[in-house]
Amino acid sequence: MVDIEKANQYVCEQFMEARPVVVSMGKAIEVVPGMHENMLLHAGPPVTWERMAGPMRGAMIGALLFERKAKTPEEAEAMLKSGKFEFAPCHDHMCTGPMAGVISPSMLCYIVENKTHNIKCYSNLNEGRGKVLRMGAYSQDVLDKLYWMESVLGPTVKAALEASGGIDIRAILSKALHMGDDGHNRLDAASILYTTQLAPYIAKVAKDTQTAFDVIKFLGENALSILNPVMAACKTMTAAGENVEGSTIVTIMARNGTDFGIRVSGLGDRWFTAPAPHVKALYFPGFTEKDANPDIGDSTITETAGIGGFAMATAPAIVTFISGTPQDAIKTTLDMYEITYAEHKYFTIPFLDFRGTPTGIDIRKVIEKQLPPRVNTGVAHKDPGVGQVGAGVVSAPMKVFEDALVAFAEKYGF
Amino acid sequence: MTVIQTQIRSGVYYDSAKLMQLQRQLSDLPGIQDAGVVMGTESNKELLSHIGLVSPEMQSAKPDDLVIIVKADDEKAAETALSRVDELLAARKSTLDQEYLPHSIEAAAQMLPGASWVLVSVAGRYAAGVARDALRLGKHVFLFSDNVSVEDEIDLKQKARELGLLVMGPDCGTAMIGGAGLGFANKIRRGPIGVVAAAGTGLQQVTSRIHQLGSGITHGIGTGGRDLSEKVGAITFLMGLDVFVRDPDTKVIVLVSKPPAPKVAEEVIKVARKAGKPVVISFVGRAVTTRQDGNLYFATGMDDAASLAVELANHPPKLETDNELNLNRFAAGQKFFRGLFSGGTLAYEAQHILADYVPKVWANAPINKENKLPNSMVSQEHCIVDLGEDEFTVGRLHPMMDNELRIRRLMEEANDPTVAVIMLDVVIGYGSHPDPASELAPAIAEAIANARKAGRHLEVVCVVTGTDEDPQNFDSQIRQLKQAGAFVDASNEVVVRRAGRILRALAESGSETGITGTPVNLDTLKKPLEAINVGLESFAENLKAQGVPTVHVDWKPVAGGNEKLASILERMKKQS
Repeated sequence: MVDIEKANQYVCEQFMEARPVVVSMGKAIEVVPGMHENMLLHAGPPVTWERMAGPMRGAMIGALLFERKAKTPEEAEAMLKSGKFEFAPCHDHMCTGPMAGVISPSMLCYIVENKTHNIKCYSNLNEGRGKVLRMGAYSQDVLDKLYWMESVLGPTVKAALEASGGIDIRAILSKALHMGDDGHNRLDAASILYTTQLAPYIAKVAKDTQTAFDVIKFLGENALSILNPVMAACKTMTAAGENVEGSTIVTIMARNGTDFGIRVSGLGDRWFTAPAPHVKALYFPGFTEKDANPDIGDSTITETAGIGGFAMATAPAIVTFISGTPQDAIKTTLDMYEITYAEHKYFTIPFLDFRGTPTGIDIRKVIEKQLPPRVNTGVAHKDPGVGQVGAGVVSAPMKVFEDALVAFAEKYGF
Repeated sequence: MTVIQTQIRSGVYYDSAKLMQLQRQLSDLPGIQDAGVVMGTESNKELLSHIGLVSPEMQSAKPDDLVIIVKADDEKAAETALSRVDELLAARKSTLDQEYLPHSIEAAAQMLPGASWVLVSVAGRYAAGVARDALRLGKHVFLFSDNVSVEDEIDLKQKARELGLLVMGPDCGTAMIGGAGLGFANKIRRGPIGVVAAAGTGLQQVTSRIHQLGSGITHGIGTGGRDLSEKVGAITFLMGLDVFVRDPDTKVIVLVSKPPAPKVAEEVIKVARKAGKPVVISFVGRAVTTRQDGNLYFATGMDDAASLAVELANHPPKLETDNELNLNRFAAGQKFFRGLFSGGTLAYEAQHILADYVPKVWANAPINKENKLPNSMVSQEHCIVDLGEDEFTVGRLHPMMDNELRIRRLMEEANDPTVAVIMLDVVIGYGSHPDPASELAPAIAEAIANARKAGRHLEVVCVVTGTDEDPQNFDSQIRQLKQAGAFVDASNEVVVRRAGRILRALAESGSETGITGTPVNLDTLKKPLEAINVGLESFAENLKAQGVPTVHVDWKPVAGGNEKLASILERMKKQS
């Protein structure tokens, strides 16, 4: 009979001991395992074009326009419908993508290396807030920004990263959690720390001062600059705990805007899915919940690794998203301790006497206590081409944990 | 007529989420159609224009400016809304001292690591599961819930006994631990009396009376009403008794029970006899045949139990122990009683009293027909022979006048290696033999000597009925019998009970009746009570009112009551 406790302890230990460092960048087709010319990666569990949510369809259309494979959105849509392209989850290719999470072959990706386990994960570059591809927008200004990122931002940051010898994401997150970040929805401090560490090298490697100015300004003004490398970093942590016999720890939580899916360490590569829930959110001017797409994105990898919604007690400013009080943030974190297996060694919460963040979601505890994981997230417009409409919090659907528990019982004979 | 009003604030910083919240609150105000609260960046201004929230002030705002813009039905609504901005920005929903309610005993135990007790008052079908969780975490359980199956009760109590933990209940209404009341309980002074009760209101009645009589209790341990049933076998009751036996602060123990299963009651009494402390027993429905038996005091009711206990606490008695019986003098195999009586009533009373000590006494003139000795001439097991019965007096004088037959029988019984105690009655006075001791005493001495030669100790006990004014000389009779080595007393009861104690002690010397499992750690009862409460919130409030640190659990049925999932979880827990 398997020893669940021992397996879970091992998995959580791998999560925590992983030391992700962002080392460089490369084109997806060159660095992402299994990527090919006609592959388009997306957030969440597998999904077909027919079932694909609006913002993800928009991002797919934008990706083909960006790749110059289609000239018009209509042409792109026809190509996507035709079955010519293979849609695959980012997670199946060691990638993570925020919101729609679309990564196409020629997009630049961060390379994040877990130095402890020698695992590499990838994520694309963050475009900032507003009308962006990851929210399903594909207008010309969106594409123009992508081309600028492709030709100016990316090469400069890549050179700076290589010149710096790599930036330790776990160290940045540890500090940022003490500066009001949750590590998912609020990354103001981490993005500044990242920019500060990178700026001298950008100044050194940029081809001219204007480029250095533009790149540093872009990174510094975008409070989500570091989101994508953080997500890839979290993926290198949880990937180190995948496929451990007998473990009930969740290694992936991800949404594609249609389904919410999880994977469990002791249950291999099997996805457990349920309809993606709606986010309890505050909306930008002019938008309401009627405009909102259901929950979407791979960014829940942060909660899976023990930060984000789970670390809310250290980021009380976030609770205003749900009209809450700082006490609600503390309550959320305390609740998450009840469904996790470990307390993080390196991510701590000053307010709770530097207690480690709740780490390693245990499906047994989620079911027993009927406490679903809490996630902090952005909200995309349900139609392609519009973009972000708000931000808020959402609870994972219980069904995925129920199905996983039943499967676990079947596999291990409980 | 739609109006748009704008407020610009420079040099202020609010979290963007806070601004979005304000925006929503403004939109919700009466007469407001839409609102925008943003920093005056180009992209934000574009966004506002896009949805028709345009004004000259807004268009000239700088990126550092906070733009608050409302579209309203009329000017008044717009002005009112804008006038409330400061108030809305300052508003807080609740206070910070609100306490966190954990969702599990496990989390509660982390919040209150000193808690040794878990109170469980959830619906019956969930109660056993919650109690099991508490035991897994090493906590004593006060199980108030009813409708828990007897199978679950047995399982819980057996587990608890292995772990050295108490499961008080199910259906346990009352307990008092270290001066604090759990469930329904009275405010009882602390003192030297420990009470174990398979009776909720019984515990309240007895402890209240103890308090009224000026004394107090160490603890009141409830067990639930079914503990003394044959199925449960008094598991918690015996553990509670053991706690008080070992607790140096408890000087007197009181045992209270609703009508117990007779077999279980006798088992409990057997254990209580070894307490080494006075034990007052009040079992509803159990006939009281004697007031005192060694360290045991049998009360006629709960009120009597309370007064007895207080009296014993105030004036500690000197307790007889089995040591003075010198049991090691007896050889292995010696266990039976033989009573050779001349007096019929004395013989009857002896049968009756001995029934308190041994399972069955045969007799030629029995109290019950099923105890009839098959052959009066041949003794078996424990037996009492009345030699004044007809079968012995045909053609012979009554044994009060003629000792010959009794002496012969005495010598026979003395040679039986299974016999431990022989009892004789010596009735003097007018009509009796002029000096019975002069014949009986030498025979007794010889019988004892024969036994000793055979490597045994024979205990001969005699009751002498008569007065100092009788012709035979009462004192001389006693003296002669004592010199022969007999135990002598003028009270039939005293003599029979001494014999009974020897017989019972010999019977029990082979079978140890001590507690199985792990003894309860007394420190967990002694230290100030801290508790975790699952179920009725009022129990937590009551404990807090008594100054007991308490964490209330925001409990929900495991897996939301989904039985399939709950049983998977339970199986997984059993594995680990």
